Amino acid sequence: MNANFAAALLDPAAPCPAGLVSWNGSDPAQRFAVYRNNVNVGLIDALADSFPVTQELVGEAFFRAMAREFVRAAPPRSPVLALYGQGFAGFIDAFAPAASLPYLADVARLEMLRVLAWHAADAAPVAHQALAAALADPESLPQLRFELVPALHLLVSPHAVVSLWAAHQSETAALALAGVDTSIAEAALVCRLDLDVAIYHLQAGAAAFVAGLQLGRPFGEAAAAALAADPAFDPAATLALLLGAGAIAGVTTQRRPS
Amino acid sequence: MGSRDMGTLRSIPAAVRHPAPAPAPRRALPARAGIGLKPEHFRAILQTRPDLGFFEIHAENYMVAGGPFHHWLSRIREHYALSVHGVGLSIGGEAPLDEAHLDRLALLLDRYQPESFSEHLAWSSHGGNFYNDLLPVAYDYPTLQRVCDHIDRVQARLGRRMLLENPATYVEFAASTMDEADFIGEVVRRTGCGLLLDVNNVHVACTNHGRDARDFLRRLPLDAVGQIHLAGFACEADSLGAPLLIDSHGAPVAEEVWALYCHALDWVGRTPSLIERDNDIPALPVLLAEAAHADAILCRLAPMRHDEACA
Repeated sequence: MNANFAAALLDPAAPCPAGLVSWNGSDPAQRFAVYRNNVNVGLIDALADSFPVTQELVGEAFFRAMAREFVRAAPPRSPVLALYGQGFAGFIDAFAPAASLPYLADVARLEMLRVLAWHAADAAPVAHQALAAALADPESLPQLRFELVPALHLLVSPHAVVSLWAAHQSETAALALAGVDTSIAEAALVCRLDLDVAIYHLQAGAAAFVAGLQLGRPFGEAAAAALAADPAFDPAATLALLLGAGAIAGVTTQRRPS
Repeated sequence: MGSRDMGTLRSIPAAVRHPAPAPAPRRALPARAGIGLKPEHFRAILQTRPDLGFFEIHAENYMVAGGPFHHWLSRIREHYALSVHGVGLSIGGEAPLDEAHLDRLALLLDRYQPESFSEHLAWSSHGGNFYNDLLPVAYDYPTLQRVCDHIDRVQARLGRRMLLENPATYVEFAASTMDEADFIGEVVRRTGCGLLLDVNNVHVACTNHGRDARDFLRRLPLDAVGQIHLAGFACEADSLGAPLLIDSHGAPVAEEVWALYCHALDWVGRTPSLIERDNDIPALPVLLAEAAHADAILCRLAPMRHDEACA
């Protein structure tokens, strides 16, 4: 019985489920429409909460139409709606009406990472002194491994995602947006410190370095890859940024058990 | 003043089922007014510490690993009684309960030790999809059996008694063979769960289905009421122009619902009462004023229970 009801909730063309009645003989389809509206509006609103910049970039009407298509194609699989929308960016990638905004999906990716960082497990950042002590020994430095906090995320994009996102944080978003060259590749570091999620713009080398750390590579390997990606890579400045972002939970010189 | 003689009717022993586990002694919610806890009010609550009976959260909003929601809830919990209200268990669903979701729920209850846990007589998941709405069930015997099995499982897994909320509905099923009040009464009798009496839902459902709200209310298992919900609704019309009320939680409690609340209190006595507001959320003082109104009614009208006293 619920199968027909469920199918008709997401498909506006589906007929009203059979077997519904009303006390006064009024049209059950019109009453059923209340549920259909609740379901669709509720899920679209949940996406709008998680993707405010994506919505600003395309306007509310376009966003809600796109979100409605996504809801129909990929309804939530879990009642934990805060994490709904992890497939939204991939959906936008393939959403033909949005093809004229090639950066849109990556902006959605960045916004989802922001949500994930917001709700990620708590972890105390490493004390500055502990990190300084570990960095002080040039012998062990290449083998140093960094434990990153669960709230840290990296997004490497061929588009100016950080600039686009930042332009939408001001009251004069339209004005700021006019100055963004969307075709410039940017990498974003997303991290939560205390109760705030921040987004940082990383240079290519720093992004390669963080990607290496995320893979569990020791400092030496991650720094070498970063220098290969960008000869201007500055390890000290990058570590300072990571430390300031609360991204490092711990540091160890021990080799990982293989 | 209403009599309680209906209690005798409901004390018939249930058919042998898996009995609810003997609950560990637990504090109850104070029999006062509370409000829903909303992120936009976190800071103001801790700064001003309003005099309130309790806060209620939607369980699913806090089923995340860490971050600000847990930060604020932990601090607020130190100062207030807490009700955890689930909206995603799909107790009326056709599939077995989602054990992973029950695990998340158990973890949350373990962490915050709320005075009350409640869920809905509704379904929200089917075929692995979550529809994010409280969808209606047919009141027939297969559904009764299923709902009771699910509630048995919830109470066994969580090791506590739950409250089941009566629904606001917009359609009825031709397949129904029992009326809603009898169905709920039977669920309560068979499972030993309590009733979360949503007075707004009574008003909404009775208006939408041409029932007398007071008569309906009195036929519910009022002995089992552990909490009351009060909320606002939106008014639309069905295809014949009859009022079709929408349980929007987006408006102040309506006069008709306050009146029905006063009537209900004559029967159930002093009971923890929640002002539910989930949409168009106003500033904290607006909700506190509604809670104060409920408190005033509680003190004026409701017979005392146990050793409760009006402040």
